[in-house]
Amino acid sequence: MVGNQEGDNGKMTQTDFDILVLGGGPGGYIAALRAAQLGFSVALVEAKHLGGICLNWGCIPTKALLRAAEINNLLHNAQEYGFTVENVRFDLQKIVARSRAVSHQLSMGVSYLLKKAKVSVFEGFGKINGKDARHKWKVLVSHEGKDSFTLTAEHVILATGARARDLPGLEPDGDLVWSYKEALIPKKLPKRLLIVGSGAIGTEFASFYRAMGSDVTLLEAVPRILPTEDEEVVAIAHKEFEKQGIRILTGVKLGALKKAPESVTLHVDYAGRSEEITADIIISAVGIVGNVENIGLDGTKVRVDRTHVVIDSLCRTDEERIYAIGDLAGPPWLAHKASHEGVLCVEAISGRKVEPIDVTKIPGCIYCKPQIASVGYTEARAKEAGYSIRVGKFPLIANGKAVVMGETAGMVKVIFDRQTGELLGAHMIGADVTEMIQGFVIARTGELTEAELIETIFPHPTISESMHEAVLAAYEGALNF
Amino acid sequence: MATEVLMPALSPTMTEGKIACWVKKEGDNVASGDVLAEIETDKATMDFESTVDGVLGRILVPQGSEVLVGTPIAIVVQKGEAVPAATPKPVAAKPVPHTEEKSSAVTSSPVSLPSPSHVFSLEGGSHGKNRIIASPLARRLAQEKGIDLATLKGSGPHGRIVRRDVEAVGAKVSQGRSVEQGASHTAVPTSHHQSSLKPSTPLVQGGLAIAGGVMGGDPYKVVPHTTMRKVIARRLTEAKSTIPHFYVSVDVELDALLALRAQLNALSPDKGEGAFKLSVNDMLVKASAVALKKVPGVNASYTDDAMIYYDHADISVAVSLDDGLITPIIRQADLKSLKTISLEAKELIARARAGKLKPEEFQGGTFSISNMGMYGVKNFSAVINPPQSAILAVSAAQQQPVVVNGGVKVATVMTVTLSVDHRAVDGVMAAQWLAAFKAAVQSPMTLVL
Repeated sequence: MVGNQEGDNGKMTQTDFDILVLGGGPGGYIAALRAAQLGFSVALVEAKHLGGICLNWGCIPTKALLRAAEINNLLHNAQEYGFTVENVRFDLQKIVARSRAVSHQLSMGVSYLLKKAKVSVFEGFGKINGKDARHKWKVLVSHEGKDSFTLTAEHVILATGARARDLPGLEPDGDLVWSYKEALIPKKLPKRLLIVGSGAIGTEFASFYRAMGSDVTLLEAVPRILPTEDEEVVAIAHKEFEKQGIRILTGVKLGALKKAPESVTLHVDYAGRSEEITADIIISAVGIVGNVENIGLDGTKVRVDRTHVVIDSLCRTDEERIYAIGDLAGPPWLAHKASHEGVLCVEAISGRKVEPIDVTKIPGCIYCKPQIASVGYTEARAKEAGYSIRVGKFPLIANGKAVVMGETAGMVKVIFDRQTGELLGAHMIGADVTEMIQGFVIARTGELTEAELIETIFPHPTISESMHEAVLAAYEGALNF
Repeated sequence: MATEVLMPALSPTMTEGKIACWVKKEGDNVASGDVLAEIETDKATMDFESTVDGVLGRILVPQGSEVLVGTPIAIVVQKGEAVPAATPKPVAAKPVPHTEEKSSAVTSSPVSLPSPSHVFSLEGGSHGKNRIIASPLARRLAQEKGIDLATLKGSGPHGRIVRRDVEAVGAKVSQGRSVEQGASHTAVPTSHHQSSLKPSTPLVQGGLAIAGGVMGGDPYKVVPHTTMRKVIARRLTEAKSTIPHFYVSVDVELDALLALRAQLNALSPDKGEGAFKLSVNDMLVKASAVALKKVPGVNASYTDDAMIYYDHADISVAVSLDDGLITPIIRQADLKSLKTISLEAKELIARARAGKLKPEEFQGGTFSISNMGMYGVKNFSAVINPPQSAILAVSAAQQQPVVVNGGVKVATVMTVTLSVDHRAVDGVMAAQWLAAFKAAVQSPMTLVL
């Protein structure tokens, strides 16, 4: 059955769907595409940008900025490769403009893909509004300056994502206190930059702004930066960051923030000391919270735990035919996890047999310099879980291609279950490791053991050879180290 | 000219074979028909005869090794000819499909059997089907836990056996084991040397308990599976999980049959040529054949596309071995006399025990009998031997009071249970078959007609 309403252009628009997706980020738009592929009629309601945070204010534009940082680094180190490059300067606005253009291009791409798949895209803010007489879910779509209208759908997939967590006293003001959003479109480069939070977002901005010339101080509340990563990887990252001139304070207790017209001063306590740190800009990157508000969950059985929607292994909420995917459904907050859940959720709706997500098979990538990529158990977690383990490590200084590239900082570390040879985890830091981690993810997903990894012939010369060597190191010994 | 001798396919289900022992040594003269080696297949140990004349130039696969069918295992050269230096390395047994023509090139034993039951046999000639698809981790876990992957069903993509499938079995058998611990269950089965005929069902249950035995903290012994054990496990798991069994029991009076048996046996010369001694089982084989001719719907195989009805009653008789069981076949039992059946059965059972049955002597068959009467068993049901449609479980005969016309008499009574494939045979037909069987046993003169 197809319901209709009169659209903007006077044409009748379909208003009744099999599946309605709330949110057009990497979870929502992929869910919509997959649903269309499977023959469902699909509506996608997005308030702002197709592609969501990831594409517009997250993964993609930060990588565009970090690409500029990489070029800046190369230009400044060009003499190492025999070049004389003088008078290197950059125009921050052009760098930001390119980053925005990249996001825009990809967002247009999403728009095109949805159109091609015949997904009906509605601009506006969607809110669940009870069921109609046929027990279909009603979703009220409102848009500033326009009339609200109601869509109906058998199934509703919530994919409203998440936003930056506000720390009391450190709420972004768009001027001196930035969230990721302002940090992506700086009007000018802060001379002194304070970053609170050393997760992926904090360290990526630290790398970018440091490469562009800011004096960066990175603050972390827990005793080490990148708290979710393997300790040895973190130790290398810490050392490399400091080598680049980033000041790192860990185990920090934040005190009061004082704002002056052109600067901020933050009181911090760490290691038994107190300090007043003054900076031009402070970036708050202390985690994210799910967008659970104002989407009509109150009238449903959907359960919210703190700031995320509770789901089962098939992305089902406690309410019938309402699902949640991506950041809204809790950590890990990763675009590829959201997309995968989108596919899984829709396939489960279609009655297909699906494989529930195992978080230990989801890779994580951080694009700081040097890059960090990982999958599965860290050494500490593997031990906590009771595994008897074998660990192999290989430093990139011993890898031919890394030397060729002049990118020798880093290492590959692998952790195997001593008993079964299962690859429990892989942790890499260094150039291009974000492009390489998929090899270990395949190994983990395909349930390979050390034997197949050892048998695998890796191409030479590549940095990926260090993956092979790390596996060898866990068993009979690396050959090139 | 040097000839490569390949591991033969000695049975349709055989995908790999183990060199039990080399009868010929390197340098020995070999004539066509000479036994080169004894090969352990999934069913039995068989003599492998040479098809060429010459000298055994080189043994490529040592005694005790298992290789895929079609793998070169030796090279026979002409007298005086040098053994080729570069010889292909034998391939370790891996589950890869191979072609029939490759294996039949040098084999002496016939591979294809004309029995129609093989055309649609669930055992299948498709070796590709026998390939086990499992993740490397699943393989390793299975090996550690002593679980045969062939007995598992994969839940991964395209039925791939993955870690959780192996772990699920591990959990199941370890649970099962804790229940059995009170009964001082031993992990290693004891063999029944004294037994002659034994049903399949209890053996298979024992097989699963073995897998459980390697779990947990108690001391245990790990005994790797023989190929026969693997085949028993795979075939019967397949049978029990794919065939909708149902069971029909009936009591049969044996007195007339026992009297006839005594009379007939008295006719036998004491010894020498022509001497015979009919067993009860021989007569039940014949009675089954008679009943199958009367109710031919049971003498059949179910396939996805069609029913197959067999002209003759080829009766498989379950024979227990030290390490498993095998079912030699009395072919065309409907046409044979009791004496012929008896002599054949005796000879087949002896060779079965010696592991010397030829494939065609235990493959095929249209109906099975499993007899545990000699163990005093009151009643049991057996697992159907695919692609057959039924198996008769025979229990012990005991004297008991029987009410006849309001009076009580003493009769020798045994309970038989027919396990039936409901896809092929419905309840009434099963009852009709049992009635025919009962009539044949209770009026045994029909067996000598």
